[in-house]
Amino acid sequence: MTAIAQTPTETDAYNFAYLDEQTKRMIRRAILKGVAIPGYQVPFASREMPMPYGWGTGGVQVTAACLVPEDRLKVIDQGADDTTNAVSIRRFFQRTAGVAVTENTPEATVIQTRHRIPETPLTEGQILVYQVPIPEPLRFLEPRETETRRMHALEDYGLMHVKLYEDIARHGQIATSYDYPVKVEGRYVMDPSPIPKFDNPKMSDNAAIQLFGAGREQRIYALPPYTKVVSLDFEDHPFVASKADHPCGLCGSTDSYLDEVIMDDQGGRMFVCSDTNYCSTRREAGHIGAMAAPAPAQPQERRAE
Amino acid sequence: MNALAQTPTPEVPLLAVRDLHKSYGARIGCTDVSFDLWPGEVMGIVGESGSGKSTLLSCLAGHLTADAGQVIYDGRTTGPRDVLTLSEPERRMLNRTEWAYVHQNPRDGLRMGVSAGGNVGERLMAVGARHYGAIRSTASDWLGRVEIDANRIDDRPSAFSGGMQQRLQIARNLVTGPRLIFMDEPTGGLDVSVQARLLDLLRGLVREMGLSAIIVTHDLAVVRLLADRLMVMKSGRVIEQGLTDQVLDDPQHAYTQLLVSSVLQV
Repeated sequence: MTAIAQTPTETDAYNFAYLDEQTKRMIRRAILKGVAIPGYQVPFASREMPMPYGWGTGGVQVTAACLVPEDRLKVIDQGADDTTNAVSIRRFFQRTAGVAVTENTPEATVIQTRHRIPETPLTEGQILVYQVPIPEPLRFLEPRETETRRMHALEDYGLMHVKLYEDIARHGQIATSYDYPVKVEGRYVMDPSPIPKFDNPKMSDNAAIQLFGAGREQRIYALPPYTKVVSLDFEDHPFVASKADHPCGLCGSTDSYLDEVIMDDQGGRMFVCSDTNYCSTRREAGHIGAMAAPAPAQPQERRAE
Repeated sequence: MNALAQTPTPEVPLLAVRDLHKSYGARIGCTDVSFDLWPGEVMGIVGESGSGKSTLLSCLAGHLTADAGQVIYDGRTTGPRDVLTLSEPERRMLNRTEWAYVHQNPRDGLRMGVSAGGNVGERLMAVGARHYGAIRSTASDWLGRVEIDANRIDDRPSAFSGGMQQRLQIARNLVTGPRLIFMDEPTGGLDVSVQARLLDLLRGLVREMGLSAIIVTHDLAVVRLLADRLMVMKSGRVIEQGLTDQVLDDPQHAYTQLLVSSVLQV
């Protein structure tokens, strides 16, 4: 409460970080339960948020419940800091919580993400909040919620492999490239939200706390720091964290996840890092990709003048 | 009895049912059902619609909770124990390793959105198989055994005919080598020539694998062909049981006589 008095925001009528304290309490309890049972989906009374479902209402509620005035928030959407979803959520918390924001991954204390894990390794004390559309990994295999909950309770996960089997039978390999199911600490099978499977290994043994919020489905789940997360696979078709086989056109990185950008109608294309902050940090450090304009060099020349 | 129990290899029935009772409110589903099923034996349960056959089968298989009685199953590793008191994970394990259940409608027993190979492989994966090549070759072997062409392995069951779906369901159930198979009207809804092939196949598999089976049907021809012993039910009660040929050729109870005489002769 005093925080608002110290840092007046555009809309003082809001409680700090938008949600009322009772709601935050309820969500924090769900988060604590989720952290205590890694991978278990905790039901919570999701609130209406001032944005449509599918835009990260679950992630926003989790972020709101975690934020303290001293936090520095970063919001990314598919790795980018400057897309509509990221910009609007970042502005939302600037207005309702008055917290500092950053695009720099190591500086951030809370990172809300849609569909990516930042390339820069996270550190202890950071919180990564995922926006989750469908938290139930078994949903498209077993439509009954009562049955999927029982399957989780009884660790009855044979069906998950049926999905992977179907992939191999149809495509010759496990074609699931995002939303790739994982097993947490040898117990719960978890939906990692639609992150590319390239990011799956980063979830395991991560120093940061990872929180998952699904607003429409009213579920919260969590991975405490240094949790073992294993991607499901077959012995003869092991899990591969795949990415486009190119270097980044702008920064030349060969080990970051890439977006494909269509350049023209003649088949021209380039691959660029999906993590914009990682890419720009590398370019500032002097790494230049094959297709980068000499633009980053110009400011340096100007500075030299 | 005591003398028998003391012999070096005491033979116990695979499934011993004692005074099983299930009611739906005031109405009786089935009551006073007791029988023994021995290893390798096929038992038929016949009766008219609403006589409690399917209720009995569902109670035995654990799909319905019986109100009273015992169902003692002699497990491979666990020995005889009452399956009605098993915990849910134990019952599920039993259901996918030692038991099998063939539904009347293959749509109930198959995953229609999953390929034939995936359907057969599901039980294997549920008990821990994690080698794609091995699962696939087992699946294709089983498709062959139920006379489904191996090149249909990646087709979905919805592309199969009714008879093929039923055979696929049987393959899916038998792939983990169960000891006891429950069948609810396995030939219902199939035309006679397909029925005959299915029965032939079932008879072969049951003999070859030494399966015990409980078959619920209203088709006396099916039990004549498959079952060693026969139980006739009416109004939730067992009114007559004995060897199949004995019951069918020399029915004692008035209802059984009616049932046998109602069969159309071509």
